[in-house]
Amino acid sequence: MPLTGHSTPIELSGGAVAIAGRPILRGIDLRVETGDFVALMGANGSGKSTLVRALTGLLPLTAGSLRLYGEPLDHFEAWHRIGFVPQRAGATSGVPASVWEVVAAGRLTRRRLLRPLTRADRAAISDAIEVVGLTDKVRDGVSQLSGGQQQRTLIARALAGEPDLFFLDEPTAGVDLPNQVALTEALRQLKERGATIVLVAHELGPLRTLVGRAVVMRDGRIAYDGPALSDQDVHEAAFAAQHAHHHPHQSEDHPGRHDHAPQVVSPLERR
Amino acid sequence: MELFEYGFMQRALLAALFTGLAAPAVGTYLVQRRMALMGDGIGHVAVTGVALGLLTGTSPTWTAVAVAVLGAVLIEVIRERGHTNGDVALALLFYGGLAGGVLLTGLGGQSAARLQQYLFGAITTTSVTDVFITMGLAAVVIGCCLGLAPQLFAVAHDQEFARVAGISVRAYNLLVAVLAAVSVTVAMRTVGLLLVSALMVVPVATSQQLTRSFRTTLLAAMALGTAASVGGLVISAFASERATVAPGPSIVLLSLAGFVATWPIGIWLRRRVRLQAPFLAVDPPIHEQSDDEHGHDHSHEHGPRCGHPAVEHGDHVDYIHDGHRHAPHGGHYDEH
Repeated sequence: MPLTGHSTPIELSGGAVAIAGRPILRGIDLRVETGDFVALMGANGSGKSTLVRALTGLLPLTAGSLRLYGEPLDHFEAWHRIGFVPQRAGATSGVPASVWEVVAAGRLTRRRLLRPLTRADRAAISDAIEVVGLTDKVRDGVSQLSGGQQQRTLIARALAGEPDLFFLDEPTAGVDLPNQVALTEALRQLKERGATIVLVAHELGPLRTLVGRAVVMRDGRIAYDGPALSDQDVHEAAFAAQHAHHHPHQSEDHPGRHDHAPQVVSPLERR
Repeated sequence: MELFEYGFMQRALLAALFTGLAAPAVGTYLVQRRMALMGDGIGHVAVTGVALGLLTGTSPTWTAVAVAVLGAVLIEVIRERGHTNGDVALALLFYGGLAGGVLLTGLGGQSAARLQQYLFGAITTTSVTDVFITMGLAAVVIGCCLGLAPQLFAVAHDQEFARVAGISVRAYNLLVAVLAAVSVTVAMRTVGLLLVSALMVVPVATSQQLTRSFRTTLLAAMALGTAASVGGLVISAFASERATVAPGPSIVLLSLAGFVATWPIGIWLRRRVRLQAPFLAVDPPIHEQSDDEHGHDHSHEHGPRCGHPAVEHGDHVDYIHDGHRHAPHGGHYDEH
């Protein structure tokens, strides 16, 4: 690595994020080294998804500084080094799309405008599909896949750009066990290739074996940062905002989604 | 056939051809964003543009393009900022556009018939310049929609992912809005402002009954749009000998007829896919041998040709049989 000292994937110091004027994250210091496998954990509404959205530049910081691979976020241009798997209910949209097409969208980070796909592009796309085990579904429409298979398609999309740093927002929420195992296998391959992985998870499930470091959020601050914890430890009263035990099947529509900014429909209504 | 020898008819056919290709191309991206009615909104706003042109004596085509682009950008901004009340804000814009257009036409002393040419299409009055403008603008729309297809697809499919991939999402959103506005005004003389959205959306709705990839949906929608727009024009030209048939409605109705024809096929295909989806690969709790008491006998052996749907179930297949799932097991069938 020629850029030693400047190649730390994530350096966030004193980070704060506000949503609709309401301070949500405060005083976040987080440094992630190359090859780390970090699980961001915590109760619903603790701010773990918000943190990932801030780290990917989707939400602006109101304070603090964020460097990705040594570059301040405002000047960061090497987006092909970042792979993002957003928190989504599925991979469908208003028009049919095949698995291959959705995954190929992930290759855009490395493609030039108005140029056809190169051989390397095609190889990366089929490799990504193979890693998540969907090779026999390449031509199928994504809407015909199960929720877990759609989630794997989204992971393949992030893989197709051959990034060095992965962000996954609740990849296992609402996904059945066989698909969680397939997903864990895909992430294991990534880890072996030397990728840096940051994932948001309410419960780790089979992913537990891969996680090397846990960061537990509580009410918008980091409550724990250290070696991996079991699901049980995370949900003990010390970390959880209140004892709101969460069952994975309870919120399949919007896994872990929490409105930090309440909807105000009638402003003049009395409280 | 002598109808096709007239210059106005040849111009009309050219305009219809390009409109039929361009409108569904943009329409596919609008449908993908679940904004099928955006074309309608822009069409309403463009009415004000046309009236402005009629009032000031400038070319209604260019004032319509300008006002439609402004309206589309405004819709895009409202969509980006707004949360739950976005559709209400859009509705306000639509009504404002239509009311403004009718008011301005009245102020300009123009007859309603003049405005109606733009509302429902009057392709046979297209001038040579109009045809060149239509072809040029439509070519730009088609070029953008096909050339930038990977980027436009990614942005419409998942905005957050596209942003983290370093794509300037806002620029592409605005581009789609502008392309939609341009194709609305391109289609204005052919199908009319009030029906233009149909040519953007109906061919897409038709093609996605039978497709499962984005690429085929887009190309099939363009083919269907061209067929409807040229076919509708020809029908209206021949019918005009007996009655007043505006090209706009006949194009839209032909397009809808295509949808009505493919819809049942789409339903059947989707039902078949659902029925063939594999069952959860879980071992049955008890081993239960199928008996013949539930009203059917096994006079034949289940197999690929027996007519009973075979559905994957873990490492074997179940045959669907009068609401039962029968799995071959040695010399008998198990209830699964």
